[in-house]
Formats: sequence, C-alpha cells, structure tokens
Amino acid sequence: MKIGREQAQKSLKVAVLGNPNSGKSTLFNALTGLNQQTGNYPGVTVEKHSGDALIENEKTNEKIYITYLDLPGTYSIYPKTLDEEVCFKVMCDETNEDHPDVAIIVADASNIRRSLFLATQIIDLRIPCIFVMNMMDIARVRGVQIDTEELSKFLGVPVVAANARKRHGIDNIKKLLAEGVEAPKKDFIDIKHFAPAVFIDNVQKMFPKQSPYAVFQIINNEAGIEHFEILPTQKIDIKKQIKATGFEKHPIQSQETIARYKAINEIVKETVKIDEEEKRKSLSSRIDSVLTHKFWGYLIFLGVLFVIFQSIFLIAKYPMDGIEFFFVKLSELGKDVLPKGEFADLLINGVLAGLSGVVVFVPQIALLFAFIAILEDTGYMARVSFIMDRLMRPLGLNGRSVIPLMSGMACAVPAIMGARTISNWKERITTIMVTPLMSCSARLPVYTLLISLVIPSTHNYGFFNMQGLVLMAMYLIGFLAALTAAFVMKALIKTREKTHFIMEMPLYHIPKASTILLTIYQKARIFLFDAGKVIIAISVILWVMASHAPAGKYPVIEKAYSSADSVKKYTPKQIETRMASEKLKESYAGIAGKWIEPVIKPLGFDWKIGIALITSFAAREAFVGTMATLYSADNEDNSQSIREKMAVAVNPSTGKLEYTAAVGFSLMLFYAFAMQCMSTLAVVYRETKSIKWPIIQFLYMGAMAYLASLIVYTLAK
Amino acid sequence: MAKEIVTLDKLKPGEVGIVMSFNDEENALKFMEMGCTPGQKIKMDSIAPLGDPIAVIVSGYKLSMRKTEAALINVDRIK
Repeated sequence: MKIGREQAQKSLKVAVLGNPNSGKSTLFNALTGLNQQTGNYPGVTVEKHSGDALIENEKTNEKIYITYLDLPGTYSIYPKTLDEEVCFKVMCDETNEDHPDVAIIVADASNIRRSLFLATQIIDLRIPCIFVMNMMDIARVRGVQIDTEELSKFLGVPVVAANARKRHGIDNIKKLLAEGVEAPKKDFIDIKHFAPAVFIDNVQKMFPKQSPYAVFQIINNEAGIEHFEILPTQKIDIKKQIKATGFEKHPIQSQETIARYKAINEIVKETVKIDEEEKRKSLSSRIDSVLTHKFWGYLIFLGVLFVIFQSIFLIAKYPMDGIEFFFVKLSELGKDVLPKGEFADLLINGVLAGLSGVVVFVPQIALLFAFIAILEDTGYMARVSFIMDRLMRPLGLNGRSVIPLMSGMACAVPAIMGARTISNWKERITTIMVTPLMSCSARLPVYTLLISLVIPSTHNYGFFNMQGLVLMAMYLIGFLAALTAAFVMKALIKTREKTHFIMEMPLYHIPKASTILLTIYQKARIFLFDAGKVIIAISVILWVMASHAPAGKYPVIEKAYSSADSVKKYTPKQIETRMASEKLKESYAGIAGKWIEPVIKPLGFDWKIGIALITSFAAREAFVGTMATLYSADNEDNSQSIREKMAVAVNPSTGKLEYTAAVGFSLMLFYAFAMQCMSTLAVVYRETKSIKWPIIQFLYMGAMAYLASLIVYTLAK
Repeated sequence: MAKEIVTLDKLKPGEVGIVMSFNDEENALKFMEMGCTPGQKIKMDSIAPLGDPIAVIVSGYKLSMRKTEAALINVDRIK
C-alpha cells in the first residue's frame, strides 16, 4: 500500500514496547494496519515487525511520516533472552539504526506495577515516551481504577488510556505523536545512589547527550552484556575503570530493581485502587482449575490436539486438492497454448510444478497458524506449557514444543514455522530439528504402497489387521525417533541463553479475528516469498535432472519408438508410457540413481529405487509416481496397478522377487527417517537464518535412515 | 510470632508467604523484575498435575515457575 511518504515534512521512528501479553502487538496493528514489513534483526533470529503510517498535526497541517517498530515483549531492559537482547540494543545504543525518536510503552492496565517497571527504565533513559494503559475496560470490570492524570504527573510523561482491541485511544496516541513528544525531564530514580557516581560522571563526559541511566547501561554493556559496540578508545577506557572501581553489575541492578519497585508501589498507592481479594476470584482462575486439572486438563488438551491434527490433515485436503487441480488445469492450458519445446517444458514441468508445490502448503500453514494464534491470544498456550513442561523437560523441550511436534504428523513445514512460539532458542532449534522425524502425510502414500506390497492383507490376528498395525508402528517409530533425537540434541547443543521457566500465566481473553487473520497473512507471506524461492529453485534443478540426458540418448529412444515396427506393435498410449520410462532411465536422475546404486545396495535398493529416492526430494509421495513411470514399460497389461507390477517384479541378478519383506521394511524405515523434503529444508533455512541447520538436519537424518535400513535389511534378508 | 523461613517450593496451595531473599543472584534479578521483590506477598496458587511446575500469585498476577526455581526464593510463611 502506498502511504505517500513524499508528502511528509518530517519523519519519526517510533518503537512500541511492553511486557508480553500487554496487547502490544494489537496496538501496533491498530497503528499501522496492513502497512507492515517482516524481517529479521541483524545477527539474531528474532523476527522484526515494522510498519509505517502518515499522520497529520491538525493545528499546523504538518504531515509526519512514522516508522513504527514492534519490539519483542520484555519485562525489563536487562536482556536474558534473545528477544530481550534486541530491546536492549535498540533502546540503549543510540547509534542503532532502529533507536527510536519516541517510545510507546504499552501497559496491561490490570498489571500496572510490572508495566511501570519497564516504563520507568525507559523514562530514565530520557527517551521521549508515551505510556499507554491498554485493556482499561477489562481492568475496570475487575475493580481496578487508575487516575491517569495523576499518574502522568508522577511519571513526567503523557499517559493515554486505551483499548487497542476496540481501537479506543488510538487517535489520542496519534495526536500526541503529531504534536511532538518531549523527552522526560527528571529521573525516576537516581542511578548514582547505587552505582559509583564518579565513574558515571566520567563516562558521561564521553557521551554528553546521554542521561546518567543511559550511561550506566553503556557501562553494563561493557561489563559483560556486550550487545553493542562503542568506539574502541572509549571501550578501553571504560573497561579500565570497571576494573579500577570494582564495578559489579548484578548487585547494582538488584538494588536498582528494589528501589524502582519501592517507588512504583508509592505511586500505585496514590493513583490506583485495586480490590486484590476480589480480583483472584475472577473467571480466569475458575477456567484454570479446569484447564490445568490433572484429568480434565489433559483430556481437553488431547481434544485440542485432535482437532488441530484433524484439521490440517483432513480439512486442509479440500483447498489443497483445489490448488492442485488449478495447477493441473493451468499446465494443461500451458501445454496447449505455448509453442512446444524446451522453454514450455521448463515453464510447465519446472517452474509451475515448483510453484504448485509451494502454494499447496498454504492451507495447512493457514490452518495451523489460525489455531496457534487462537491458543496464544486466549492465553491457553501458557497453560499447555504448564501441564506439559514436566513431560517434555527430560527431552530438552518445552511444553510449547508439543503442538509443533504433533502438527509435524500432518506436515513438517507449518510445524517448523509454528516453533516460533518457543522463546528459548535451544528448545526451539531442538523442536525444529526433530519435527521432520514425525511421520508426515506425504509419507502415507509411500507406506501404504509398500505395506500392501509386503504384508498380505489376509494376515489378521482376530480383531487386528496386520497392515494397519504395521502402519501404526511406522508412525510410532517416527514419534520415538523424534523424542530420542531431542534427547541427544539436548546434550549436544550449547547455548549462552539460560533455560528458565519463569513465565506469566496471562488472563484469558476472547481471541480477536483480525489478529488471527493478520497472523495467517504474515505466515503465508513469509512462506511463499522466502521459503518459496528455494523450493522453486530446487524444483527446477530436479526437473532438469529428470527430463534431460547426456546428448544423443533421447533421439535414440525416440527413433526406436517411431519405427514402423513399434507403431505396429504398440498402441500410441503404450509408446508414450514406454518412452517416458526409458527416458527417465537414461536421464541425469537415472544416471544418478545408477551411480548411487553401490551405496544403497547394502540396504536392498536397486537403481530404480535410487531414482525414486532422488525424485522424492521434491515431495516424498513422488516415490509412487516415479515407480509407476519406471515400471510402466515392464508389463504389457495396462490394467495392472503399480502395486501389482511391483509385486511381480523380479530381481535380474537373483532371479527372485524384487520386493521382499526385507526390502519393503528397509525402504519404509528409510522413508521414515531420511530428510527427503526440499520444502522442509527450505523452511528450516528460513527459520534459522543459517545454512548450517538444514545441512546438519539432512546429514543426521540421512545417517539414521541409512543405519536403520542397513540393520533391518541385513537381519531380515 | 516466630518467623518461619522456607523456600517458596515448600508452600502448599493456598499458603501465603512474604518474599525475604534469594539464593541466586542472577535469577534474583529476573524474579524481582517480574514483581517478586523482597517484602512482596506471594501466594502458592497451584501445582501442575505432574508435581512440577508451580503457579504463584504475586503483584496481582499469576506466575509459573519450576520447583528448582522456586527453591531459590526464601519466603516467610504467614498462613
């Protein structure tokens, strides 16, 4: 959307910050609408949301272009998590490109003390700010009354009562921004009471424009936080003084925190009336007694998981079929309209096929994120963490890992994106790394084909159907493998971020439709444009491999089938399928399949399976299609299904049946463990912002697959 | 009445204590930022079904933490 930046007389950088669950993002959305960009902060894998808007000063008619930055939720400017690190850098380093001209501090009106803690830290940095009391109406209902005028006098900054969900107070904020916000004039607490005053004064000479508290943060940064850079000469000087004065940051920060809360309590006493006892009998507490109940809590969570799983598995199927149908029609149209040749082939079978492979994931991503947004927005996600933490902890995972892991049984792509709700980096990366081991829906066609091939459908033990049991065992194996991998990764991944579980259990809210829709829109956009590029590129490479052969190979095949002899012997349809089969065998993919045969032979795989392993990289279910093409020429009878053809296939070197139980199980285990999905790798790359993690994932899963298949084949053959 | 100093994880659901001190400096800062400052009332609200973590009420809101973390907070049990 165009907002007319060129009309503006001046521009302003505004940071929106606040505690998690303070409704900060809702306010940000209300301020910016759809004019949002999503990126990453340099150096960390924290998502950066920014947006812009044009506002007008009604008195002077001056137009101001504003860039809003939605900072991650934080309780304090002292960084403990990657999210908080970003806030520290942006707020305390005035040379940071995102350092704001004005800060909007969003407070949950029913959690005023904790919000004031962060606010007073920003005030002491002397950054011009507006204190927004969000969710005022909920607070009022719960018996909290706040005198905003009085509060504004105490803080020395403007205070706005708002309700971002209903867009109340938004105009007041815009008006203040348009008219200009001044920097706070007085310090809320005097840091020189706690930190060595002479030291602060000395350093302030180097940074004359900064407040004493901002100077203290620069010293803190040099005393071990080290999240931003200052001039090397200043750095040396400050480090020298840290040593000389015996400056220790933790005791000073503790004293500061206690002093801050003491002063805040005084202000709250004057400006806020709370009926503490009444508050706790609130609805939220009663809901909690059910949702965290030792029986009902788990039953409800199981129900929620079931609904999510069913939706991304079954409901998403309809739009996905629709998308596939659309692309099939589009490529048919392309075949008719475009002049036949290399270019049309590339466009239809390379680019369009890749595009279809990208867009087809959107329904699943949209559905999963709709659920995640609802669970986050209502406050239920914190309860899931609460009841699941004990179970997931031994595996180095968080209670929040459960939903991405389970969604991985439908598709790893949305699941890995869903791991963003895990704030701890180590727990998040572990979840991302193990999720693809869960048996996703693309493995189902492969399992079904292979099971029907090697397990006779007549094998029933009373009530149990043997084929069904094996399928269930495959899902179970994937699940156990994911847990085991997590357990191993817990020991291997080192991090400077501490794992802690000190977490707010927010009050329950009714989710807001616009927040959910915006989440879906953002996630779909990230996937389509960031991961999509990689997927289409790989898709084109795979197309080149499967449809091109070294010079001179294809004309020979084409010539053989255009001979009068062939035309007499086969129907046109048979010629087409036979040619397709022989061309695939001679193609680069076929060469690669033969080339890897010695490596996969110990697993019981021949070069045909080798080709299928390579084409499966586009999507696992491509295994079935590739096998169908390869075996299409082997038998004259076109009424035979691919299953029947594979069932009678004979191994030329042994003269026995090709697909024995040993090969079948070996192949199933290979598909259960191997990282054969380019979309997943692309999304892991997008989410971790590093090529390292997809490579590690590809290698460790490949090694697991190879070993498992080798063992099973060796024992069973 | 004699003071009865215990760590927070020892409180039973419904019991209230006053935050006295912390056994770990780095976590202390985190607790205090979240509103668990010395002198604050803290109430054990509930224990997760599997015995860990716990939920407490402090500064007017509900906070959950693991038992190992609660063991870093010394409280004066008052009822």
